[in-house]
Formats: sequence, structure tokens, C-alpha cells
Amino acid sequence: MNYLEHIGKYFIMLGRVFKKPQRSKVFYEALLREIEDLGLKSLGIIMFISFFIGGVISLQTALNLESPFIPKSLIGFAAKRSIILEFAPTFCSIILAGKVGSYITSSIGSMRVTEQIDALEVMGINSLNYLVLPKIIATVFFYPFLISLGMFLGIFGGWVSGVLSGLFSGAEYIEGLQTDFNPFLLTYAMIKTLIFAFLIATVPSYHGYYVKGGSIAVGRASTQAVVWTTILIVIANYFLTQMLLT
Amino acid sequence: MIEVKKLYKGFEGNPILKGVSATFHPGKTSLIIGQSGSGKTVFLKSLIGLHTPDEGAIFFNGTLSSEFTETEKQQWRQEIGMVFQGSALLDSQTVEDNVMFPLKMFTKQSDEAMLARVNFVLKRVNLENSNKKLPAELSGGMQKRVAIARAIVMNPKYLFCDEPNSGLDPQTAIVIDKLIQEITVEYNITTVINTHDMNSVMEIGEKIVFLKDGKKAWEGTSDEIFKTDNEAVVNFVYSSNLFKKVREAYLRETK
Repeated sequence: MNYLEHIGKYFIMLGRVFKKPQRSKVFYEALLREIEDLGLKSLGIIMFISFFIGGVISLQTALNLESPFIPKSLIGFAAKRSIILEFAPTFCSIILAGKVGSYITSSIGSMRVTEQIDALEVMGINSLNYLVLPKIIATVFFYPFLISLGMFLGIFGGWVSGVLSGLFSGAEYIEGLQTDFNPFLLTYAMIKTLIFAFLIATVPSYHGYYVKGGSIAVGRASTQAVVWTTILIVIANYFLTQMLLT
Repeated sequence: MIEVKKLYKGFEGNPILKGVSATFHPGKTSLIIGQSGSGKTVFLKSLIGLHTPDEGAIFFNGTLSSEFTETEKQQWRQEIGMVFQGSALLDSQTVEDNVMFPLKMFTKQSDEAMLARVNFVLKRVNLENSNKKLPAELSGGMQKRVAIARAIVMNPKYLFCDEPNSGLDPQTAIVIDKLIQEITVEYNITTVINTHDMNSVMEIGEKIVFLKDGKKAWEGTSDEIFKTDNEAVVNFVYSSNLFKKVREAYLRETK
């Protein structure tokens, strides 16, 4: 199947996903389950990685600033910019594409190969709406919180690394954070997060829903889903940056 | 009643069903038999609307299924119960939630009423005290019984079963067969079963349709299958020595 066919099929899938849920009570139950599976269960890894990457960004910046004419506050400024602009929205989304994307594809793919999706269709349930819509809503609403937490912990990690290593002081770091603060950068990061969250929910769902074969095919689809979600995040990141920041 | 007229279905230029016609009556257990690749599953999936036929017509109580409006189709879906080969239970949900699922989606009953109905059907399939178990905690036979309970919870007019005995020991297979037959008679359901299991053919085959290479090669009852001279049926049904001997004994007795 060529790429155009896949793109067409993906948009047809979205057409079936965005229908009014058949039973709102069942939908809300599914939504809460997805918030837990796709959001809350990703808190740990995002917190852990954000804290340490924030620390590493600050240490690397400090170690590369050898000139006495460059103020140490630049470390905080650079860490803030890198974390808010790229690390939290893009890098964390790529991590989530791996963790959540493979989970979505394998769970929906397993349902496909064990005829659970056929069972839903026979019952008269719009299986795409039932399975995918709660995932989209859960990621699009929850990931901004997750990414905001990633930003906070990344910046905090930078501060901790400076204080512990003695390469820069906490006051210098905070001064850098406050320098030239542009609130639009946060808006830009949130716009990116929403679009990446949508990709993280829908691309793996597509790969899982249309899988054919058995368990090996599900494994292969999971890998493909992660690869394609990552590629699409990177491409979308480029175009969004060009559209919003230039 | 289900009437199938000259049903054709193929995939990517490869014809699977080649003009199959058959009629299935309420209160009767009808079996579709045939070798692997003969088109049984495609036939059953065409009946339940998972495949769209290339040609031919399927009538449900006189109404052509391809002319259903969206509302009629939705209504018709709720009149269908399906037991899949691998049970197809939602593996993240408990037995109770699986059986209650169609009720939650399509009725406005109170939680108490739904639970009472779930308990009733679980009792009917002899599966009490398993409400809170997950499908993975059940044996194959128990999973099949949950699948039957889910299929009948909405009081369907039509029940379809794809290889309900596959992977079950002979004793459990007979229990499942009998259960399906009893439910068919009790609720006057039109039941169509795909099977490879010759015990089922002998035990519950009130009507048997034999498919060969996508065509209907024979049709009759479990009594008639003993007497038939149709070579394809005889070769398929009596391929084991045990059934050969059973047939010989039957023919000797009825001479």
C-alpha cells in the first residue's frame, strides 16, 4: 500500500472516530481509564527524565562557558529556553510516542487479532469511536499538564545541578530564568504539545486498528507506529517552529 | 428466519463463496460444515455484516439486509448475538462487565436491572460466582460460556457461532453444544453454527449445510447425513475410523 493510501485511510479513520459517543456514561468511564493509562502512568518517566536532562543541560552549558566576560546568568537563560522551547514539548513527546504509542498499538492490535474489535462491530458499536476517541481526548487534555510538569522539573533540575556542582550559584541561575521572559514561548510550547498529543494518540491507533495477522504482526505494527509517530512529531516540530517563531 | 440467495464473495480477485443459497429457521440449530478454506467463516461473516457480499442477497425475516437504513441496521445489530472462535471477550473487563456491555451501550436500564439480567444469563449458562473474574482467569469452556451469555443478554433473534467447540475437550464441547441448542429452542432463536466438530453434527445438527470450494455441496439433517451417498460429504464426515464404524452400525440397524 502506498503512502497516499495510508494517509487517506488515516483521515477516513478520523472521520469515524469523531462521532458523538453512543453512550456518554460508557465514554466517560473509558476516558478516565485512558487518562490513567496514557497520562498518570507516564508521570514517573517524564518527571525522572525531565529532572535529570534539565540538570545535564545546565551542567553542559556551564562547562562550555569558559569566558569570564559571559555572565553565569546565561546558564539559567539557556536552560529555560532549551527546556521550554524544545526539551519539554518535543523531547518528552518523543519519549511518550515510544511509551504510550507502543502501548496503544499493541492493545488495539491485540483486540483486532483476537476478534474483539469484530465483536464490538457485530454488537453495533462504532469501535473506532469507542476505542480511539477517549485516547485522543485523554492525551490532548492531559499532556499539557504533563509537559508543564516536565518544564518545571527540568528547570528545577538545572538549579539543583548548579547548586550541587558549584559551577554556578542558585541566584545566578534564577536571574537567568527571569531575564527576557517571553510568555509567548509557553503558548508556542503548548500549541506544539497539543498537536504532538494528537499524533501520539491517532497514529499508533491507526497502526493497531488496521493490523492484519497475529502477534508478530502486532509487534511489527507497534515498532512502525513508534517510528512513524516520531517522524511525524519531528516534521510537525519543524513546520510549527517556522510558522510560530519566524 | 434467514434466507441467503446466491451469495458470492471474493478477496483481491480470489473467489471464496460461489453462489451459496440456504435458509435457516427460528428455533432450529443449523450447522455449516466443510473443510478448512471451504468458505465457512466468510459465509458466517457475510451473514453478520462483517463482509459485504459481492453478489447475492441475505434476507432477515423477509427484509433485504443490504437495504437496511442506518437505524434499521443499528436495530438489526442488536438482534444479533455472536460467539467468536476465540470467544473475543474484552480482556480488560470482568465477566460481569463483558456481559453487561451491550446492555450499557443500548439500553437505558438501571444498574440494578442490568445486574439482574447479567446474573440471570450467567446462571443460564451455568456460570455463577464468576462475575468479578477476568477472562484470562477462566478456562476455555468458561470463556465460551461467557461469550454465549454476552451473545444472548440482549435477547437476540439470531445467534451465530464460529467454531464454538474449538480448543475444548470432548466433554466440555458437548456441554457447549447442548447449551446452544437449549437456548435456541427456549428463546426461538435462529442459530447458525460453523463447525468442524463431527460430534456437534451428530448431536445438534437439525439442519446441516456442507460447503465445498465455496459452493453448497449438500444440505440435510443429522439423520440424513448417515444415509447420504454424496461422496464429498461421506469423505469429509466419515474420515475417522470411529465415525465410519458408527455409520456402518447405523446403516445396519436401519436396513
